[in-house]
Amino acid sequence: MAEVTQLIHRYLRHNKKFPLVFCPGCGIGIVLGSLVRSVHALGIPKDDMVLVAGIGCSGRIAAYVDFNTVHATHGRALTLATGIKMSNPRLTVLAVMGDGDALSIGGNHLIHAARRNIGVTALVINNFIYGMTGGQCSSTTPPGSYTHTSPFGQMEKSFDVAEMATAAGANGVYRGTVFHAKVLDGLLQRAMTRPGFNLVEALSPCFTQYGRGNAFKSPVEMYRWLRDNVLPRETYDKLEDKTGRLPMGVFLERDEPGLETRHEAMRARLRHKEASA
Amino acid sequence: MAATQRKKRTEAFLLGNEAVAEGALLAGCTFFAGYPITPSTEIMEVMARRLPHVDNGVFLQMEDEIASAGAIIGASLAGRKAMTATSGPGFSLMQEQIGYACMTETPLVIVDVMRGGASTGLPTSPGQGDVQQARWGAHGDRPIIVFSASDVRECLEMTVAAFNYAEKYRTPVILLLDEITAHTREKIEIPFPGEIQVYNRLLPTMPPEWYKPYEETVRGVPPMPAIGSGYRFHVTGLTHDHMGFPTSRPDEVKAATERIFRKIDRFFHDIQIVDQDLTEDADTLVIAYGCVARSARLAVRQAREAGVRAGLLSLKTLFPFPRTHVERLLRTCKLVLVPEMNMGQISREVKRVNCGITTIRTLNRVDGQIITPSQILKEIA
Repeated sequence: MAEVTQLIHRYLRHNKKFPLVFCPGCGIGIVLGSLVRSVHALGIPKDDMVLVAGIGCSGRIAAYVDFNTVHATHGRALTLATGIKMSNPRLTVLAVMGDGDALSIGGNHLIHAARRNIGVTALVINNFIYGMTGGQCSSTTPPGSYTHTSPFGQMEKSFDVAEMATAAGANGVYRGTVFHAKVLDGLLQRAMTRPGFNLVEALSPCFTQYGRGNAFKSPVEMYRWLRDNVLPRETYDKLEDKTGRLPMGVFLERDEPGLETRHEAMRARLRHKEASA
Repeated sequence: MAATQRKKRTEAFLLGNEAVAEGALLAGCTFFAGYPITPSTEIMEVMARRLPHVDNGVFLQMEDEIASAGAIIGASLAGRKAMTATSGPGFSLMQEQIGYACMTETPLVIVDVMRGGASTGLPTSPGQGDVQQARWGAHGDRPIIVFSASDVRECLEMTVAAFNYAEKYRTPVILLLDEITAHTREKIEIPFPGEIQVYNRLLPTMPPEWYKPYEETVRGVPPMPAIGSGYRFHVTGLTHDHMGFPTSRPDEVKAATERIFRKIDRFFHDIQIVDQDLTEDADTLVIAYGCVARSARLAVRQAREAGVRAGLLSLKTLFPFPRTHVERLLRTCKLVLVPEMNMGQISREVKRVNCGITTIRTLNRVDGQIITPSQILKEIA
């Protein structure tokens, strides 16, 4: 407990108005905890840590942590993160986005950030719904789910963040849940220390907007669902009946240099050419 | 040889677009992100070639204009002088990000080379239809600075000015060009770096723990540290208090909104840039900007030869509208002509300032062709 208090004092802002904006039972606070523990474990100085967030519940994380924080426009967190990382590659840049942010309005930026392999870690907090606007279906809402804009069941298919990032060319793709907080810590730390574009999807329940409309009796039940249905990749692969189950863990790890490294190499080549001319 | 090493002026035969790029490099731009669009693409191409040779220069081609605007906002927050260039459709896409930059007081330079028509319109023809969009395009109440240029030399000068004003007032500055100005090739003298005045943003001098990101200051423009320089603060598009944290307290909201207006309003006289030609004794005035100002210059001379006491007020600052210069001339002229390549966008501002003082006539041309000197001459002589 003492350690937790120390981390709170060290990494959360003293001058920010608390309590947190999140509802009881929300998983975003756990992601916030995981984030703080990961930065602490990696020993990244607060001055060198940049957190760019989008709009929505997840975006509100930015105001609480004592890093360099940018609360960007809806869906555009990765574009600002790209500008910051290319301007100062020394910084550790983390883009925190929700599912609506990263995959609906900002889907284009996500695939291009992955293709570009920019040295930014994307943390996608997936709660399957637009929480802040009051519970509308998102591009990750599972088919058949009830939301305010799919009152008769979601008819559209949902995105698989991990598969999309893999196909788009990301260096690393990871999935964790807020139930498996320790696992999430590990995945985040791996993602933040590796070169190029790394994406971590954190499944997080939204009881207020998603759970209540979809036969979950309490937030606890939603966490139980995560415990029972999100399985380590190895276990998941061995399953015969995969319906309703999701794999988590490390999906992909490539070691290609990030855009900022390739950019620096290009400039070094130019300088060499100029010097020898 | 890198631009920064020159000690002498050089002569060059440049497109307006190329002059914009030269101006940006002279002003200290080290970051460009863009998306190709006619007729602004040459700016991007020159930056792609030149920036990698500049110290810390970064050039990025983004996936769309929204991303371009986002990347330069990020770069500017990280301490760079950053720019993008686009044209009508791309400029529309950027509006939300421009509003964000106004709210977060992030210095940026956005060049919009205007083409003809609405929507896809006339991609390779000139127009001046984005004037009011440049002022009011992004939602919400916020001030902005909009400049224009009418020839290749001015393209360079006004780009330098755009960077200087962006840094000085912590605001996005929009440089409106038109296809003709952007694609005219002229010989100009490129000044050497020590010759032009370059303004850099005010950095905080207090220790980081004392720093208040949006504190009321005498000038109304708070100092702005780069991300990663030891000053940790929160940047948000939400209405924020002086510490940068979201607020909806009426007193804090009022103070924040009024300050971003005040920082421009107070220095209104510094921001008005106009060119006056033969206006001392004029009783007939032409108010023009962009390529039309060039036609007007010739028309005014021809009118003088024909015995009409004509003068030209060429606007380089479009917003905040240079009303003191306009007002003074409205009082001394009996006829004012506002020729524009749109259905009347700056003429609205002139009429607003006029309030019945004198007669305002408009001359609008929207067929994708330039307003010729003879057209203007016919109206004033």
